[in-house]
Amino acid sequence: MNTVLEQEEEKEMKHCTATRNACKLCTPLGACLAFRGVEGCIPFLHGSQGCATYIRRYLISHFREPMDVASSNFHEESAIFGGGKNLKAGLANVSAQYEPEMIGLATTCLAETIGENVPLILKEYRDNCAVEDAPPIVSVSTPSYRGTHMDGFHETVRALVGHFAESGRRQERVAIFPGMVSAEDLRHLKEICREFGLPATLLPDYSETMDGETWDSYQKMPSGGTPIHEIVGLGSVRMSIEFGRSLVGRDSAGAFLEKQFQVPRRLLGLPIGIRETDRFMEVLETATGRCKPAALRQQRGRLVDALIDGHKYVFGKRAIVCGDADLATGLAAFLSETGIFPVLCATGERRVGWEKQVREAAPDLPPESQVCDRLDFAEIEERAEELKPDIVIGSSKGYRLARKMGVPLIRVGFPIHDRIGGQRVLHLGYAGAQQLYDRTVNALMEKKQTDSTVGYSYL
Amino acid sequence: MPTDIEMKNPDGIASSIPAEKIKEEMLKAYPAKTAKKRGKQILSNDPDTLPEVGANSRTVPGIMTQRGCTYAGCRGVVIGPIHDILHITHGPIGCGYYSWMTRRNLVRPEPGATNYLQYCMSTDMTEEQIVFGGEKKLKQAIQEAYDIFKPKAITIYATCPVGLIGDDVHAVAREMKETLGINVFAFSCEGYKGVSQSAGHHIANNGVFKHMVGLDNTPSEHPFTINMLGEYNIGGDAWEIDAVLKNCGIHVTATLSGDVKYDDICRAHNSALNVVMCHRSINYMAEMMEKKFGIPWFKVNFIGADATAKSMRKIAKYFENPALIARTEEVIAMEMAKLRPIRDAVKARCQGKKVALFVGGSRAHHYQELFRDIGMEVISAGYEFAHRDDYEGRRVLPNLKVDADSRNIEELTVEADPERFNPRKTEEMRRSLEESGFCFSDYTGMMADMRKGALIIDDISHHEMEKLIELTKPDIICSGIKDKFIIEKMGIPCKQLHSYDYGGPYASFSGAINFYQEVDRMLHTKIWKFVVPPWQKDPRLKARPTIAQKEKAPKKEEPQSFKRPAASGQAGE
Repeated sequence: MNTVLEQEEEKEMKHCTATRNACKLCTPLGACLAFRGVEGCIPFLHGSQGCATYIRRYLISHFREPMDVASSNFHEESAIFGGGKNLKAGLANVSAQYEPEMIGLATTCLAETIGENVPLILKEYRDNCAVEDAPPIVSVSTPSYRGTHMDGFHETVRALVGHFAESGRRQERVAIFPGMVSAEDLRHLKEICREFGLPATLLPDYSETMDGETWDSYQKMPSGGTPIHEIVGLGSVRMSIEFGRSLVGRDSAGAFLEKQFQVPRRLLGLPIGIRETDRFMEVLETATGRCKPAALRQQRGRLVDALIDGHKYVFGKRAIVCGDADLATGLAAFLSETGIFPVLCATGERRVGWEKQVREAAPDLPPESQVCDRLDFAEIEERAEELKPDIVIGSSKGYRLARKMGVPLIRVGFPIHDRIGGQRVLHLGYAGAQQLYDRTVNALMEKKQTDSTVGYSYL
Repeated sequence: MPTDIEMKNPDGIASSIPAEKIKEEMLKAYPAKTAKKRGKQILSNDPDTLPEVGANSRTVPGIMTQRGCTYAGCRGVVIGPIHDILHITHGPIGCGYYSWMTRRNLVRPEPGATNYLQYCMSTDMTEEQIVFGGEKKLKQAIQEAYDIFKPKAITIYATCPVGLIGDDVHAVAREMKETLGINVFAFSCEGYKGVSQSAGHHIANNGVFKHMVGLDNTPSEHPFTINMLGEYNIGGDAWEIDAVLKNCGIHVTATLSGDVKYDDICRAHNSALNVVMCHRSINYMAEMMEKKFGIPWFKVNFIGADATAKSMRKIAKYFENPALIARTEEVIAMEMAKLRPIRDAVKARCQGKKVALFVGGSRAHHYQELFRDIGMEVISAGYEFAHRDDYEGRRVLPNLKVDADSRNIEELTVEADPERFNPRKTEEMRRSLEESGFCFSDYTGMMADMRKGALIIDDISHHEMEKLIELTKPDIICSGIKDKFIIEKMGIPCKQLHSYDYGGPYASFSGAINFYQEVDRMLHTKIWKFVVPPWQKDPRLKARPTIAQKEKAPKKEEPQSFKRPAASGQAGE
């Protein structure tokens, strides 16, 4: 139910009834990706096969990697009489073919609309299961009419922790819940922890499963992912670090560990740009009692140096940032550090209090910057007419906007399906900011060069 | 004719595995009931006896299928390409988002013409509408869409929850049609209907026929007019076909549906002939138009040089005009003269290589022609969502069992139009054409064109694809994006025939040249040398070119409670 605050906000904003060119994806997509980041896990959608097919093709066109999502293949009669039989048959078939370590079960609109009692079906399945030692099944409720892909992602991580985490002797290890970031981001986070000498469990970790090597042996399941025994151990980690300012006050994985196992929780913004990364580094310094390692210190130093080198090209340029709320928050924080003016930060998600979060992360964001949730690309385009941006930073779906405005698009986040290497875009840490900065400056320089009637080659 | 699928092991020693043996290997991993069901969809071809394929049957849950849903077939495939009508998806956001410019059905609108393809309109249903109904929101969305865009027509597509909560999309459409005075119509294409996207094709055909075809009786000024049915202009195919036909003097009124306008479809019934490319997705339309307007139809194929020439001759002959026939021969001769040297050069490098195709409802058949042009051999093929008639030919239609899923989809009762029914050919003319080898209203299917012993796999799963690669090691596989990257991980080039891998066109003569060269490049690019495929590394696979069973990789240590289950033949069900 909407809170009073939400209803108030609703009145203020005059949205179109229809969503034209959405700036968000559907809930089970986030669930599938999160499940894919667990070792030996096969995602399974309870609903019609079209959902699995669409979600697979969408994730694949971004990652360019195999992505299996099983489905209970609802038909008209399952839609009427329930899909329990299909679900049980599907679980058995997936277990036999793939021998998974676990099955990640997410529901779709169809199953939720008819009110499937998934826990009951799963209990019946386990009770009558011919397979002894059947793989564990973690289920999460993700109808597309409730929330977005980001909600599906976070709820899945929460469900995984809720299912597996156990208490135990306190470990040195920390838990990191990175949110929906790129495969390269995940690798970089692991590298940062290695630099600190800090053992860490990332959940999920699809850095290998969704960006793997060619195969020199047949694989039923791609290697990589967070091992299940490490998820079990999350109940006894020394602290959890959770990225995403939008998770404040929500029942997230970190919040659960804190409540259930008294694991201290550090909720941070996505470490994009200098200050948000500094905050992350401070947490790691406190955790390890060590100063920032030299390699990271140097990365930060080089980044600051680069910002100085490039500031004359970007100062005062107007940017539209659009995408997932937490990603857009991080980008806004970073851009305002560089002297670029984020004239509009937009997300398709419904995020009450988002503007406050953005302004906390980016205190120097000019007051006239618009920060707006629940926007679609048609509305962003309408605002862009007035705002006259110099650059757009967002997913491939921002292409139409950038093309219409005649400005460059810096592709970040998800989905990137009109370029190669979407999974290797680095956003996080000083190194991520460095890459974003170089790309942004170069795009602006290229535009200037292309638009010049003379064709200067020395800029 | 060889009846086995030949393969070469890395030492170059040829050996072969009978199709039956491959099938057995594929089915091993399945529980008994699943194996039995899948067994009906995997078989060894015999072009003379044409064994029965268990096609258009439900996919077993938990089997990794490539199939999509009814909504995808309706909104995504058949109607989506009509670029000047406004498409509104009634449902939560996912369905609309995923069908937003994801198919490469290209358009080239005339300057200033309307093109809505870049828009993805969705009612973006939330919990409130699921509980209290979404008709009000839909009505508002239609009104807004009209206010903003003033389109000629608006179409509405129902997604899974809409059917369940009982929103009457058709009533809303009727009401808004009256209110706005433009054509508004709806499709009940909920994803759970039917066994695959094929159900959506049928629903789309019905809607287009009921609400668009026949609205504009303005006769065409062209002497030789046809409609190209089941051509979706992926990568620009329809443009190539249009161009080569135009060169002969044949005018395509409407292409259903590729780079096509609303008005073109409304006047399609004035054409003299319907030709069918993709039999699966559009045969309903061809039949209904014949019944109502008397337009004959026959099957053509513009994929492959020889196939294109054959199809062009057939169309020219239909019009029985000597000048047209002569001009068509001229065009063919001209195009073939350009094509022949390129084809021969590519053929010299590709001859004897093996290909497997698993795609669509017609492409797995059509593309065999292109590979045949360059001397490559098809060892295995199958459709994703086709029916028995696409495999075995329309002769099976009278005895086809209508199951619950097919009965779900409305079969329109079509009668001859009292005023506009006009048989383009008299009985006598038809007979004389038939005597000279013409086949009206027929499709002989894919299997008759394939050799004995080739492996037919309907609705192939990931697991079966992997087994096929392991056992037969094709030189190239044609498939879609969902299995492309698994195939390439194993060192085998994969050509996507749904989207053409961002390439194309491949239709007609110039398209064929394009395809030959692309296959040549894919097969011979040096990157494959860096990939060590499993069978080169595993000594057991190398030593035994027959059936190689892969042992489980040694397992990593992990807590007792998370052991894998034993692969069981009787799990669940």
